[in-house]
Amino acid sequence: MSKFSGLGGRLYRGETSVEFIGKRRRWYAVSILFILISIGSLAVQGLQLGIEFKGGSSFTVTTNSPSVEQARSAVQSAGVDGELIVQVIGNDKVRVQTGSLESEANNAVQDALAASFSVDVATIDTQIIGPSWGEEITRKALYGLFGFLFVIMIYLAMALEPKMAVAAIVAVLHDVFITVGIYALVGFDVTPATVIGFLTILGYSLYDTVVVFDKVRENTKSITASSTKTYSQAVNLAVNQTIVRSANTSIVALLPVASILFVGAGLLGAGTLKDLSLALFIGLIVGTYSSIFIAPPILASLREREPAMQALAKRVNARSGGVVASATSQVSSLPILGRGPRNQPKRKGRK
Amino acid sequence: MSTTNKPIKTSSRPVRTLAILALGLVAMTGLVFVQGATSVKLGLDLRGGTSVTLQPRIAPGEEGSITNEAIDQAVAIIRQRVNSLGVAESEVAAQGTGTSRQIVISVPGDTGRRVVDLVGQTAELRFRQVLATGAGASSVVDPAATPVAGVTPEVNARFASFDCTLAENRQGTGTDLPSQTIVACDRAGLTKYILGPAEVLGRQISEASAGLDTQSGSAWFVSLTFNSEGTSAFAAVTSRVTSLPEPNNQLAIVLDGLVVSAPRINEAIPSGTAQITGSFTQLEAKDLANVLKYGALPLAFDRGEVQQVSPTLGADQLNAGLIAGALGMALVVIFTLAYYRVLGFVTVGSLAIAGSILYLLFLLLGKWIGFTLTLAGIAGAIVAIGVTADSFIVYFERVRDEMREGRSLRTAVETGWVRARRTILIADFVSLIAAVLLYFFAVGGVRGFAFTLGLTTVIDLIVIFVFTKPALVLVSRLKFFNSGHRLSGFSSKSLGMPTTKEA
Repeated sequence: MSKFSGLGGRLYRGETSVEFIGKRRRWYAVSILFILISIGSLAVQGLQLGIEFKGGSSFTVTTNSPSVEQARSAVQSAGVDGELIVQVIGNDKVRVQTGSLESEANNAVQDALAASFSVDVATIDTQIIGPSWGEEITRKALYGLFGFLFVIMIYLAMALEPKMAVAAIVAVLHDVFITVGIYALVGFDVTPATVIGFLTILGYSLYDTVVVFDKVRENTKSITASSTKTYSQAVNLAVNQTIVRSANTSIVALLPVASILFVGAGLLGAGTLKDLSLALFIGLIVGTYSSIFIAPPILASLREREPAMQALAKRVNARSGGVVASATSQVSSLPILGRGPRNQPKRKGRK
Repeated sequence: MSTTNKPIKTSSRPVRTLAILALGLVAMTGLVFVQGATSVKLGLDLRGGTSVTLQPRIAPGEEGSITNEAIDQAVAIIRQRVNSLGVAESEVAAQGTGTSRQIVISVPGDTGRRVVDLVGQTAELRFRQVLATGAGASSVVDPAATPVAGVTPEVNARFASFDCTLAENRQGTGTDLPSQTIVACDRAGLTKYILGPAEVLGRQISEASAGLDTQSGSAWFVSLTFNSEGTSAFAAVTSRVTSLPEPNNQLAIVLDGLVVSAPRINEAIPSGTAQITGSFTQLEAKDLANVLKYGALPLAFDRGEVQQVSPTLGADQLNAGLIAGALGMALVVIFTLAYYRVLGFVTVGSLAIAGSILYLLFLLLGKWIGFTLTLAGIAGAIVAIGVTADSFIVYFERVRDEMREGRSLRTAVETGWVRARRTILIADFVSLIAAVLLYFFAVGGVRGFAFTLGLTTVIDLIVIFVFTKPALVLVSRLKFFNSGHRLSGFSSKSLGMPTTKEA
């Protein structure tokens, strides 16, 4: 651990530097690949929607001898045809999912299952979803998504910088898109709990990005006053300085989510806990990635286009006598730019 | 860095802040006992029960748009039906915003199928002539009661033995057929009626409103307007009944099989506009007007979601939630102790304080606003452990950064706070926005998730301001931390500071 913390110190002073910004094309390529895979799997396989979106009924019988065949024949004897999904959950539950049923048919299925497994009707856990319910959920989720993006964009533009807001939103969209893609690829069930998980990722993914950007802002506050670092280099330093923090916050955020996933899937099988935590688990990992590899490079690209920043890059290049090129090639020269704290705008605060 | 240029405030009073926090916690605990809120209200998915979410829509064959009043009225109608089941702690509430609200019905226990069948029907408004009235409370058959002429003996017998004090007789299910003579109660169960066939239907009303008679000053009335069909039907019935003796000159306004009001008809009304006067309060007049408006546009209910959870599954889900919470908490504690060593105890303390505040709030909010803890809510609280711990990490790392700049621990705790506070505020505010939007856009049970997530974010802010920061200030005065003990989390080694160079 202390070795790892020592790394934190070196990263902080810029002695050890990972080129997050310089190699941005590589990270972009990775993300674009993932996004293409997401589009592909969404187009080919689509999402595996739960009955909440399609409408239908789900009956779970708790019994000592769960049997798929017995459940299936019981439901069919109740006069329900069509697609039936019957699965055994754990070692004492069997679940039957049917398409949309009329009220009477739902009661008939319950009765048939209760009779077949000789249990009380009241002990059968039932979920009945109307056919138009899914549209309602989807509509609200979309409102939520756009409302969130809009409000956050404005808030971050005010609290940080407008371009930071843009970069943060791009990163968030990237996260949601890839997470949804993973769902399509693997074929995980999408339920309303999953959708809420997706929406929660928005807030979560931004937490890390905000931490990084706040540091960037601090490092670049008076960057044009000197000509020691280009904007990209300053961003890179900020990412390096906050990476230990990002790693820690992500681990700490993942631990509880992982325990919900583990306990939820292990003890209860499918359900709210599993669906919610799985979406969060995947989203958190993607979100951590984007807050380091996607959001800061995008911010750097956006800001480097400004004339002031280009002029700064020129000055820095001239000064270090280095290759005239994009900021990319400059990053490797960071260590020779000086040792640590003196390069930081913050040193002025030193007493 | 303008902030760090400022002289460091030395006036922060950690002991006082911590004392205030302790007082606050004691006060909250006291409040919990005073209010008698000693257990967290559990949602149906944690203790078993049935919940039905209904999506109101315009009844088939009707036109128009759903209004807020109509939904309120629908909630009142369904509440009446559900209450008739006599199950304690049943709840009927509208969720969401505006006219896309859903109606959520929760009934604990295993009444499942009855609830589902009960709440789905469309409620209709009808005007029926009163044929006879009687005291609703009397369950004794009055031998002297004369059978009402022109009514079948069955209806007479039913009327004689009908007891409006029984909840099930005030159920109203919309099953009263318009062409039949019926026996019905009023909503409060004080009076029972024999009512003739429906003569004017709710959909024949085009407008209804409550108004104040400006001449007399305080008399509230309800005015209503009929469409052309309604005008002629209303004219016919009023001219027929106005000359009849009491109570046959009364026209009952029947909503969902229950009499809302039974005004006496003073004159034939051919104009298609009528006023109902009486000793209405403003509230009563508005309620009646809303009933009439609802009648003009009856809502049907789509069953969006029905969830029946047996008590066994409820107990399982509660257990799973608690185990997941304990495990998540344990993992975070182990990680912070491993990484931050003794300093990690400040995190553990902060999480404990946050947990206690959350638990006390669950108790109080359960009492005050009927907050119920659902499985999704528990998930939200567990996820929030991460958010809460994140804030501490941001602060601690910041302090370590300041020390890498060569500051002493005591100074770093203050300068680091200034910067970390800003980051934490922005990041937590983003979480809060997410939680609020999720809350408003979530459907059904998952709202609980957004609610606890938002609540815990606020608690996180409180805890870091009134506990973590002052605790760290106190800790920084201890020699153990000050001298950079290797287990303190602030040793030069763990900061990665070659001390010789820095000196």
